[in-house]
Amino acid sequence: MNQIDARGFSCPEPVLMTKKALANGTPLVVLVDNETPLQNIRRFATNMGYRVEWKEIGDDFEVTIL
Amino acid sequence: MKKIKEHLPIILMGLLVGAASVLLVALGNPANMGFCIACFLRDIAGALGMHRAEVVQYIRPEVIGLVLGAMIMSMIGKEFKVRGGSSPVTRFILGMFVMVGALMFLGCPLRMIIRLAGGDWNAILGLVGFTAGIFVGTLFLKKGFTLKKSYAQSKLEGLLMPAANVGLLILVIAAPAFLFFSKTGPGSMRAPIAVSLVIGLIVGAMAQRTRLCLAGGIRDVFLLKDFHLLIGFVSIGVAVFIGNLIVGQLGLPGGFHPGFEGQAIAHTDGLWNALGMALVGYASVLLGGCPMRQLILSGSGNSDSTVTVLGMLVGAAFCHNFALASSAAGPTLNGKIAVVIGLVAVTVIGFVNTKKV
Repeated sequence: MNQIDARGFSCPEPVLMTKKALANGTPLVVLVDNETPLQNIRRFATNMGYRVEWKEIGDDFEVTIL
Repeated sequence: MKKIKEHLPIILMGLLVGAASVLLVALGNPANMGFCIACFLRDIAGALGMHRAEVVQYIRPEVIGLVLGAMIMSMIGKEFKVRGGSSPVTRFILGMFVMVGALMFLGCPLRMIIRLAGGDWNAILGLVGFTAGIFVGTLFLKKGFTLKKSYAQSKLEGLLMPAANVGLLILVIAAPAFLFFSKTGPGSMRAPIAVSLVIGLIVGAMAQRTRLCLAGGIRDVFLLKDFHLLIGFVSIGVAVFIGNLIVGQLGLPGGFHPGFEGQAIAHTDGLWNALGMALVGYASVLLGGCPMRQLILSGSGNSDSTVTVLGMLVGAAFCHNFALASSAAGPTLNGKIAVVIGLVAVTVIGFVNTKKV
């Protein structure tokens, strides 16, 4: 499974990490720790034509890009 | 349709910021200034005696409102998470240089768009420089630039910035004699405290929700071909332009006055207007956001952004203590040297923090 941990990084780094990781294919799971990267990754991936699912895990968010 | 729905909040946010800026000027704030973050942090530094430029000293309630509005909204949205420790000293230095660049141009990115929409064509050069600075910054981001991770901090760490702003609010209302409040010049031009505070609170809350960022707007176009934040940026300009036409008709302060010469709190040195804003854009991209965004984040528990704002505050004091800040007469030699040093320093910070991929 393609997975990256972007917790603690400030924008736009989580989106750039996601963009790079998507080169290795989907599904991609991205962990982020606040709402800003969550929204940015969702917007980016949706604009690229991917389907995005996400859920809250404790203080963090797990974003799955399909 | 789906696209419009996605962008609607940021469009409304931009219109709100633009309208608020025009209203504040009509009610007494300096022309084409609205609630320029760089100008107002500089005024606060002056009020606290960190610099002694007598014409730019006042505790601006707009800044207090922005921080507290962002705090309240982030708490309501369960987004108030205290994080920090991502290269704080580097951020402080970058914040200082953002201010050096902004006071060369005489405005933060927000005032740049406000000046442009008020007909101050000098801001066109500023925008060119700002865009170029952001472009160079994105090259570092593409190569893997990072200020490293932040970590969870205590609640108190995140509440200190809002608490300091409550303190500032008490000070501006009580106006004790030990503070420095301008009697003439831009620092003496103020909308009523209550209006300034309430507008700051509303804009701060909305900016926290929508994440409006003026550096981010141009950055995301270069990096991701994402126009979302840029739409907010442009919306500010549209609202200020229309607002200026309206207040011009009503004969209130403000209005649209096209030209290069004789603009309010501005100078006509195109090269240094561009280089000043290039430094602002460059440093802002490495910081992850423009001065307004840093202020909003500082209210939302982000202590890295608080450190950045403190850097801007100290930078503003340096700018006036060492004659780095421009005036209507133009830039100073000291200011030019400081901007060049800033461009070099930001480049060094860029290279050192870019990991080899």
